[in-house]
Order: sequence, then C-alpha cells, then structure tokens
Amino acid sequence: MKRSKWLILMALTLVLSMFLAACGGSKNEEKPAADGDDKDKDAATEEKKHAKDEDGEPDAEQVLYLSERAAIPSVDSSIVEDQVGFNVLNNINEGLYRLNQDNIAEPAMAAEEAKVSEDGLTYTFKLRDAMWADETPVTANDFVYAWQRAIDPATGSPYGPFMMSGVVKNATAISEEKMEVSELGVKAVDEKTFEVTLERPVPYFLSLMSFGTFYPLKEEFVASKADAFATNSDNLLSNGPFVLTKWDGTGGSWTYVKNEHYWDAENVKLDEIHVNVVKDPATAVKLYQDGKLDRAEMSGDLAQQYRDDEEAVVQPETSVFYFKFNQERDGKETPLANVNIRKAIAKAFEKEDMADVVLANGSLAANFLVPTNFAFDENEKDFRELSGDHLEYNVEEAQDYWKKGLEELGVESLDLEILGGDTEASKKMDEYFKSQLEGNLEGLKISLKEVPFSVRLDLDGNQDYDIQVSGWGPDFQDPISFMDLFVTDGTNNLMSYSNPEYDKLIEDSKGELALKPEERYEAFAKAEKILLDEDAAIAPIYQRGLIFLHKPYFKGLVDHPFGADYSYKWAYISGK
Amino acid sequence: MVKYIGKRIVYMFITLFLIATASFFLMQTLPGSPIASYNKLNDTQKAIVEKKYGIDKPKPVQYAIYMKNLAKGDLGTSFVFKGKSVNDLLATRLKPSLILGAQAMVFGTIVGILLGMLAALKHNTFWDYGSTFFAILGISIPSFVFASLLQYWIASEWHLLPVGLWNDGWKSSVLPSLALAMGPLALSARFIRTEMIEVLNSDYIMLAKAKGANGFEIAFKHAFRNALIPLITVLGPLAAGLVTGSLVVEQIFAIPGIGEQFVSSIMTNDHATIMGTTLLFSAFLIVVIFIVDILYGVIDPRIRVSGGKG
Repeated sequence: MKRSKWLILMALTLVLSMFLAACGGSKNEEKPAADGDDKDKDAATEEKKHAKDEDGEPDAEQVLYLSERAAIPSVDSSIVEDQVGFNVLNNINEGLYRLNQDNIAEPAMAAEEAKVSEDGLTYTFKLRDAMWADETPVTANDFVYAWQRAIDPATGSPYGPFMMSGVVKNATAISEEKMEVSELGVKAVDEKTFEVTLERPVPYFLSLMSFGTFYPLKEEFVASKADAFATNSDNLLSNGPFVLTKWDGTGGSWTYVKNEHYWDAENVKLDEIHVNVVKDPATAVKLYQDGKLDRAEMSGDLAQQYRDDEEAVVQPETSVFYFKFNQERDGKETPLANVNIRKAIAKAFEKEDMADVVLANGSLAANFLVPTNFAFDENEKDFRELSGDHLEYNVEEAQDYWKKGLEELGVESLDLEILGGDTEASKKMDEYFKSQLEGNLEGLKISLKEVPFSVRLDLDGNQDYDIQVSGWGPDFQDPISFMDLFVTDGTNNLMSYSNPEYDKLIEDSKGELALKPEERYEAFAKAEKILLDEDAAIAPIYQRGLIFLHKPYFKGLVDHPFGADYSYKWAYISGK
Repeated sequence: MVKYIGKRIVYMFITLFLIATASFFLMQTLPGSPIASYNKLNDTQKAIVEKKYGIDKPKPVQYAIYMKNLAKGDLGTSFVFKGKSVNDLLATRLKPSLILGAQAMVFGTIVGILLGMLAALKHNTFWDYGSTFFAILGISIPSFVFASLLQYWIASEWHLLPVGLWNDGWKSSVLPSLALAMGPLALSARFIRTEMIEVLNSDYIMLAKAKGANGFEIAFKHAFRNALIPLITVLGPLAAGLVTGSLVVEQIFAIPGIGEQFVSSIMTNDHATIMGTTLLFSAFLIVVIFIVDILYGVIDPRIRVSGGKG
C-alpha cells in the first residue's frame, strides 16, 4: 500500500516536472468555480501582507498596474454575474455597507448602523450625504429603483431573484410575475431614509448590503441612457472610490481614476489604476517581472515554480470543490444511490497529495463543506472548529464500505464516469482521481469525461453524469450559502439527494433559529455531519487557494471572502 | 473581365450564404445554453430572456430572422458582453489582429522572397544552404515557440521591446508581428527558391541569357515573376488566416485581438459572436481567394481570367 502510494507520487512528480520543462506553463488553470461564480477571496493570508504594510509613507506617484483574467462582460449592477464585473462594481460604486479592511461589513452609503426592528423584519437605513460623480446626491429612491429593477423579471438579473427571493418581502412572487414590482418590500421614507421589509428574519442580511446587486442606481441617469446604460465607461455613473474610464465595452483594458466626489475621497490614495486583460498566466508573470504589473496570479505549473519566491503570496479562497454523487440518471437509480458506495468513493482518495502535489497552488485538502476562515460565530470562533472534520481519507474503511456496497447491489464491479472540466489543471486532477479510486477500490472502473464549463452546466442541469467535480463560492458570509445547496429540490442539488432531517435543520435555521445564533450554528454543524458523515451525499476535495506575485511596494490591498475580490480603496504605493 | 468579376462576386455571396446557413445549424448542436447565467435564472426570467434574444422561437424562424438581419449587416447582440452589438465587438477586436497580420504578412513575404531568391541565385552554395535551413526552421517550428523565444530574449532579458500588452504604440506590435511572420517568411522562401531554380533552368531563360540580358533583369523580370504564381496560391489563404488573428500569439502577448475572442465565444456558447466571427473569417478568405485569382492574370497574362470565349 505504502509503496504504491509513493510510486504514484513519484510518477506524478515526474509527469509534472515534464510539463514544467516542456512548456514553461502557458496553460490556463481552471477558473470557473463550477456552479458558483467564484467571487471570493480570503483574509487569512493577510499575515504576510500586513507585515509588509506596516511601514512606509505613500509615494508621490500613486499609479497601480493590474491585470484581470477576463474582459468585463457587464457593469450593470443588476446584470453583473461574474468575478470581474463584481470587482469593478465594488471599486466604482458603493452599497449601503462596504466590507472594511477586516472584511466586516460597515456602513458606507448608510450613515450609521441600520436600525433593526425587534422581530428582525424591518431594517431602516439613514443615508449619508454622499454624491454621485455628477454631483447630485445619492437618495433613498436610488436604492428603491435599483432593487426593483433587479427583481423585475424583465431585467433578467441573475442575482436579483437569486439573492432577494425569500429574503426581501414579496421578492419571490414579483420575480415570477405574480405581483407588481412596486410591491417589493422597499420604501423611500424620505430622501435620506431607506426602509426594507424582509420576508423572514435573515441574520446575514447586512453582509448582503455590500453585494453589487444591492447597489443604488440613479433612475434618471439609467433612463436617459436607455439601452446604452453601462455599455461603456461614458455611460456609467459612479458613487464609489473610483470612476471607470477608457473602457469601450468589449475591450481588453480599462482605467480607474480616483473619484473626487466620493464621500471618503480623502482616504483614497491611488490616483489611477490601469488594468489589462492578460489571459495567459505565464505572460502575466513576465509582465510582472518586467515591472509592467504590480501583481500577477499564478496557476498550475507556474504556482509550483514560484511558490517559494520571496514576492509570492498565498491567498486561500473560500471556494470549496467536491464530488457530486448523482443518485438518479435517466430516471433510473444509479449505483451511487447506495450510501456505502458513496462513502467508499468519498474516503478512497488521498486529499493532501491532491492539494499539495497535483494542484500545488496553496489549496487545502477539505474534509468539510463550509470552508475554513469564512464563517464565524458570535465569539469570532471559526465555524470549522465547531463542526470538525468529516469524510477523511481512509482506505481500510473505504474498502469495507465498498465491499458492503457491492454486496447490496449484487454486483462485483462498477463502471462510473467522472465529469470534470477541460482545462489542463482539471484534467490532471481527474487523472489523479482515476488512479487513486481504481487503485484503492477493486472492481471500480472510472471513465473520464472532460468538457467545457458551459457543457458541464448543461449536463449538471439534466443530471446527466455519475460523479461530477463541482465547486461553490459563497455569495454572502454565512454557512447557509453552502448548506442551502443540498436541500431536497434545491436549484443546485441536481443529484436527487434528499434527507428530510437535513432539510428540517436548514429550514429551522431560516425560521425558528434565525434569531438564535448559537443554536443556529449548531444546527448547521449537525446538518453538515448528516450531509457528509452519514449520507456522503457529496465528497469534499479541496478548498481553493491562489498564489500571487505581489510587489512589496503595493500596499493596503484588501481581498474579500465573498462578493467582489478586491477593494482598492485603501491601497497605495510606497517605496516604488 | 467585368462579366467575370461580376460572376465571381455573385458566387462569393452564395458561398457566404451557404457558410452562414451551415454554421447556424451546426451551432445549434452545441450543448449548453447561450445564456451564461441560465442556471441562476428562474423560469419566468428564462422565458423573458429567451424571448428577448429570440431563442424561444423555432429554429427555422430564428434562422430566417438571423439571415434577414445579416442581409442588413446586423450581426446581432452578444450573449456574453451584455447589450453590446457583435458588430462593435468585432470592430474593436479586429483592429489589433489586422495590424499584426498585415505587418507579419508584408514583412514575412518580402524577407522570404529575398531569401528565396538569394538561395536560388546562389544555388548550392553556403547562401542556399543557410537560407534553406532557416526556412525549414520557420516551417517546422510553430509560431508560439518563436513568440515565447522573442518575448523571453528581446523583451524580458534585453528590455528592447515590451513583453506584451497593446498600449505602447507600434512597439507593442513588433514582437507578435515577427512571431507571426515566420510562417509566411519560411513558406515564401521555400517556394521562391524551388520555382526560381526551375525557371532559371528553363529554355527561355537560356534564350534571354543568349540574347545578352543581364543577370538582374533575368532574375527579376523573368524568373521571379514566374515563380510568384504558386506562391500567391498558398499565401492568399495564409494571409486571410493571419489578419483574422492568431489565438496563441495573441494570448502570449496579451493582445485583445479577435483570434482569442473567437475561441472564448465558442467556449461560452455566445451564438451571435460565434456566427459573427465565423462569417468574418469566411468573408476574408473568400475575398482573398478572389484577389488571388485576379492577381494571377496580372502576373501572368497567359492565364485567362475571362474564361469561355476569351
């Protein structure tokens, strides 16, 4: 056993080093975090960066050079659904709240903390005296308009109904055209007072307020631009730290310029940020080394090559990847409907090697669904400490489950398909799973199906797969962002998993436990145990990390665990 | 001649029409929805969005609408770049690719032809072997290897030119153009050499020599002109490919060109953009082939372009 593992490791290392030698890494790593748009970063890394941040006065020239991995598809806050778009929004606009340097949502367009009614259903926000970039005031009506626009089904907002349904009063009905848009639970009490009525108490509601979909929009401006609104930088109106310029709507570059009309402009140090789209990470690294970029993301082989570089920064994210076990395909039960088979597969692959050797990008092996360093209880204790590890790698146990499962199914061998992405990184990963699973579980034959992201979504939607490598990045800071995925008939379940006990716990967390934080977290811990240990409905693989090269003079960058990736508001150049 | 050109233009439109039809229906077989956020929308929204983009209608109706708009020159709206017309998208993305392709083509062919002539005129000497070796390298090594090498040495190591990006004026275009130029350069060199050696050994060149024409005149006026015919045949399509962008070279130098856009539109099922790019590529190719046919006649009057009665 031991020996074969070493052999696999050695073989892997060999293969990897060949890749390294052969192509110096012009490959794209898997970027889409499967179902969830992966707009998420984390605070945990800050140690290394904060150490760098301590010293240094800002330089006279405050110009930053960055790259993105994709062009901006849209910056219409109702329409945005991708990482780059949310990132731009977060830096040119601002919601009622903004995530601060410690990733805590604090009042931004709101002048003070919201007043919450006793029953947790009504939130009243007093707006600060903030201006749009055209020097008109930001008013409560701007929020009413933006929220109504996002929930209006005619807008086709991916995140409007997704974020508001079951949260803001009447949102679900409006998004299904069963009610008028004007009946949404939002109200401009006066010019500077915005009131929201919720469907049920939502403990994480304030953290949603920093999310792009909830940003204000000036009705007059949007209406005057009509179809041209947000199609290029001339048709945008900013109320955040920066103004977007030189964006032609489809091109590969844009520039942020400091917004002098921003209410907190005196704390914004950068004058300009130049962004270029660089899709090839190897090119980004060369540009970085040539001084053309102040930060470059590395992936795959590059990450391995540069992880010990003194300018390398590891940044754990909050996206978690896992196997989805499809229990019903083409109307028939699959072998994966058998819990022992699921447990066997979940426990039969070594995750540490997977994270350290195959991915080698700062990712962590995951024995959980809710990521580490993401959700904290009242005493700021990580949810992970509360819930512990589940479904750890254990070959002996896996083989026992496997034998039992095969007996129950009355077969001696199984052919299963793993559905994965078509990037080099995913393919490498799939090969690893195949060798691990086939090696550890006798009679298992794995076939790999590697397809582009859009095709995978389609197959997922039709439940046309056996095992799928899938992932999720949270949209707000609460375990429910993950736990909600696997309730019976959940829109992202799509594998026919159903456990009434699990459903009940999740339902309770939204209902009777909504205002009891401690018991609520316990319910989540219990639900996670059911989902993983008892049912093995999914098999966690890893929590993603990223490695960046980051110039030491680039200080004060804040990265966020959910929503937009970064805030440049506090960033500055010192000692360049 | 006019009749011939008119006929050719009609054929060109028919070809384009057939290509548009074929790609339209082929594209429908792509798995997955063109609406990127499909899994996040509820059923009401899906219905509305599908209606907005007109993809709720039966395929033949969609096809008819598309063709009608196409006739007006409207390529539709991108699914990925929300609310943006594919015409605009192609226009902004095509520019860098056009510049690079054109520069690569001009540089590559001129240098290639010179090398080829040198090799032919100094047949079986050091010059010949040297240029042949160079040409073989150019043909067998793919452009992205040249791109990486140029980027590494000239930009990263010696800092003579930018490593990448499209923001430094003409300087940004030099390395990618050079990398792209290797293909046409090598090809031209090989063709010109082979053809010229053959032509130089033919009877009429002997005659020209016997009549006392000087070497320069023979090389350019007679041998070179005749050697151009086969070269143009292969260079035409190559040029169409070059000016419409190279995915790999654009990626390596982080250039926002159309080659890269084409591939990503396929990956994201952006139907309108896939159609737009395909048609643009086809149109380029068809036009280039047409130009090549006209050029035949210009270069070699023996080739009759008017066909039939003559």
